Amino acid sequence: MNILFSFISGFIFSLGLVIAGMTNPDKIIGFLNIFGEWDYALAFVMGGAVIFNVLSFKFIKRQNSPLFGTKFEWPTNNDIDKKLIIGSSLFGIGWGIAGICPGPGVANLITLNPKAIVFVISLLLGMYIFKKTEHLWIKK
Amino acid sequence: MENVQNPLIGGIIIGVASTMMLAFNGKITGISGIIGGALKKITKDDYWRIAFILGLIFGAFVLYVISPHLFQYEFKNSYLEMIMAGVLVGYGTRLGSGCTSGHGVCGLPRFSARSLTATLTFMAVAVITVFIRNI
Repeated sequence: MNILFSFISGFIFSLGLVIAGMTNPDKIIGFLNIFGEWDYALAFVMGGAVIFNVLSFKFIKRQNSPLFGTKFEWPTNNDIDKKLIIGSSLFGIGWGIAGICPGPGVANLITLNPKAIVFVISLLLGMYIFKKTEHLWIKK
Repeated sequence: MENVQNPLIGGIIIGVASTMMLAFNGKITGISGIIGGALKKITKDDYWRIAFILGLIFGAFVLYVISPHLFQYEFKNSYLEMIMAGVLVGYGTRLGSGCTSGHGVCGLPRFSARSLTATLTFMAVAVITVFIRNI
């Protein structure tokens, strides 16, 4: 059931991304272009999603367990450390260059545009590089 | 109005999807984490990741077939920029433990200070990046 509902959630998530225009890099760069001609669309995407989740998460927190699982996997790390800041900054640079983040990156594969495919391969490469060098971030 | 309505509806749909993942599976919908966590020897405990990613691709595919006009945009960056951007996004989201879906869509509604910090950071840096590229 977990697997079925993961598939359904991924499907619905994708519909949301595409309908919202978030798979279009121009919409993202337009939003980030606050010093130029600003496209406010992303604000409504984030706003809609966040407000919906503020309400739904409140309700979910009152439950003892997920419907098809044993426990809620709430994140446990609360540290605001240099990994968070540096990681978010590197992500920000990449996002600011191409206007694509992981979800839209994967969704755009269906266009079969070679650049979209190159992006995803590079994304996976970047993640792999992190995995192999992760130990370098551990304080001794 | 279309630039308010479609984004808002899309955003709510994203909320619904991430709510479903949490309510049904107990998982946070952080795409970078879902993908990143699959870059290892896959066990049956990871099948949900594959299922989510396939659903993501299938959803886009269905829309592509019924409404191809939703995909009438170009990728204006050079191949070199796409590679640089991809690697930075891949590495950065793993180091920072999340992206717009993980920290933004799921972290902010939890009132997570960590996610707020991450979101403000990647937003600010991305804005500066766009600004610099436009100079």
